[in-house]
Amino acid sequence: MSVLVTRRRAVPRKYVPVLVTACLFVAMFAAGGVRYDSFATGQVVLNVFIDNAFLLVVAVGMTFVILTGGIDLSVGAVVALSTMISASLVTDQGWPSAAVIPLVLAIGAALGWAMGCIIHYFEIQPFIVTLAGMFLARGLCYTIGTDSISITDETYTALAQARVDLPGGMFVSPSVVIALVVVLVAAYVLHYTRLGRNVYATGGSEQSALLMGLPVARTKIAVYTISGFCSALGGVLLSLYMLSGYGLHAVGMELDAIAAVVIGGTLLTGGSGYLLGTVLGVLVLGLIQTIISFEGTLSSWWTKIFIGLLLLVFILLQRLISVRRRT
Amino acid sequence: MNAVLRHRLLWPAVILAALLLTNLAFTDHFFSIEMKDGHLYGSLIDIVRFGAPLILVALGMTLVIATGGIDLSVGSVVSISGALACLRISGMDDQNSVSGVVAAAGLALVLSLALGAWNGFLVAGVGIQPIIATLILMVAGRGLAQLITDGQIITVNSGPYKLIGGGYWLTLPFGIIIVLAVLALTAVLTRRLALGLLIESVGGNAEASRLAGIRSRGVIITVYTFAALCAGVAGLMISSNVSSADGNNAGLWIELDAILAVVIGGTSLAGGRFSLGGTVLGALIIQTLTTTIYSIGVPPETTLLFKALVVTVVCLLQSPAFREKAFHRRRRPVAAPPAAEEKVRVPA
Repeated sequence: MSVLVTRRRAVPRKYVPVLVTACLFVAMFAAGGVRYDSFATGQVVLNVFIDNAFLLVVAVGMTFVILTGGIDLSVGAVVALSTMISASLVTDQGWPSAAVIPLVLAIGAALGWAMGCIIHYFEIQPFIVTLAGMFLARGLCYTIGTDSISITDETYTALAQARVDLPGGMFVSPSVVIALVVVLVAAYVLHYTRLGRNVYATGGSEQSALLMGLPVARTKIAVYTISGFCSALGGVLLSLYMLSGYGLHAVGMELDAIAAVVIGGTLLTGGSGYLLGTVLGVLVLGLIQTIISFEGTLSSWWTKIFIGLLLLVFILLQRLISVRRRT
Repeated sequence: MNAVLRHRLLWPAVILAALLLTNLAFTDHFFSIEMKDGHLYGSLIDIVRFGAPLILVALGMTLVIATGGIDLSVGSVVSISGALACLRISGMDDQNSVSGVVAAAGLALVLSLALGAWNGFLVAGVGIQPIIATLILMVAGRGLAQLITDGQIITVNSGPYKLIGGGYWLTLPFGIIIVLAVLALTAVLTRRLALGLLIESVGGNAEASRLAGIRSRGVIITVYTFAALCAGVAGLMISSNVSSADGNNAGLWIELDAILAVVIGGTSLAGGRFSLGGTVLGALIIQTLTTTIYSIGVPPETTLLFKALVVTVVCLLQSPAFREKAFHRRRRPVAAPPAAEEKVRVPA
């Protein structure tokens, strides 16, 4: 009976959480369009992308980690560290940006790789290892400098002010293009490569993956390296957005990234979820902020309360779906 | 000797002792405690006094982690409780009235209890993963605290309220007395009654303990409520110590320090066996670390680096896998992983 019911449904059940997030995004956008003038334009959506390109990249890395059943608390700190290293090398040391950006990305990936190794080989919980990583990265920020360093390098400012024009008078920033490329590459890796299969398998059941002869060690280390790389790239994008490096940038961004992944329908136990969901999760978070800024009278703390409520609704929904699937 | 070497509190105790001795090397009379105006003063007293909120939060967290859960929302509960108490007191005609302060503190604690019960309901009633269930309140709770304070910092000028976090009673700082009382209460409840056993069995294997006739739901709701109550008391202490409530920054990241304290104390995040003594040691290590950083003159910018280093060393030393890999060749008998560190599997 249940097979019949499933077959009659137009949408496979595994896509339901992503679809719900998509519907919610459309509904919020429609509600905003009805309530405010000049809200229902394509540029508002693009602005959400522009303002959240860095979060999108960070959340992509977080999706990999969460799909294996792990968690990475260090992302916000690595983002801050990347902005700080970029700013100090470019502004204070006068390095060319072509050398700084690869270096920053390498540092982020190396940090992630080191955390992955500790997590796997010494069997310490990811929560604690990445927490130590968070302290380390924030600490390194303050060692570089306690003040905000502004970036005046020509390449950076040119990139920050550049516009990629789209038809209909709309535009995006180069950061958005980079973020979308990251999303596409990550989606390809997750769904069409061996590494992607291994990520889902490890998250589904590490024991089974190990018994099947899958390279669990390599996969686990790889996802933390990817997350570190994405955080560093997110940091580069944030330094373009802010044109400064500061140890207090991106405080609490790890929570935003986790929330985006969860709203996107990925299970924290690992093994189930889609990258598209994460993109939608970031968009929903961004749209909440946009609506609150359009409303004007609402204080900023309502953002937090709304995000909390939204998390609750989504988790209850996922719970309902998974309970129904089991019975 | 072997029993001492294998004791699971050995490494935390060694590290705390090492930290304290480091302090002694840099500060003369670090261990001396003296009596001034009927109050006890000294660096050791200060460590316990400033560490009191962390110890409280970590105690609640220990029980939550022992059931295999985690509570990320304690930091938000800390700020909500402080904000509500300060809001009530600032609205009173006579801020020094004892009954008014007691009522305000009571109201804050009742709200904390309700928030904890909500967490417990989400985890045990709805069946949401603890990390996500409490993430909801962690995010929304900060907003709620700012809603209570209206985004401002509420300052109060109340003698009775100041006592909770900054006052003295019976020659000891009042905060230490609260911690001792809560510690004694928790120890009696979990070690003299069956509650501790129930918590460990739920954390060891929730399904098996349910089949054995344990109401795991009730146990889980109880521990989350208790954790929130501890956080509420800690929130009163923190806001009373500075006589103000800051919805944004009070108790910020205290949940991470508390989880760290629990893990340093040897309780596994996977649930099962827990150690209250270990948690207190862990919280004291974190507080001593902060004190050490100031006393040996590490520049404040590198505080977090130092902390990351110590946390990594402690966690590595506690990891059976690391000890086996690092000490395997030289000290085989000692390097055998102590059974206490491993999760006790209850056969279903």
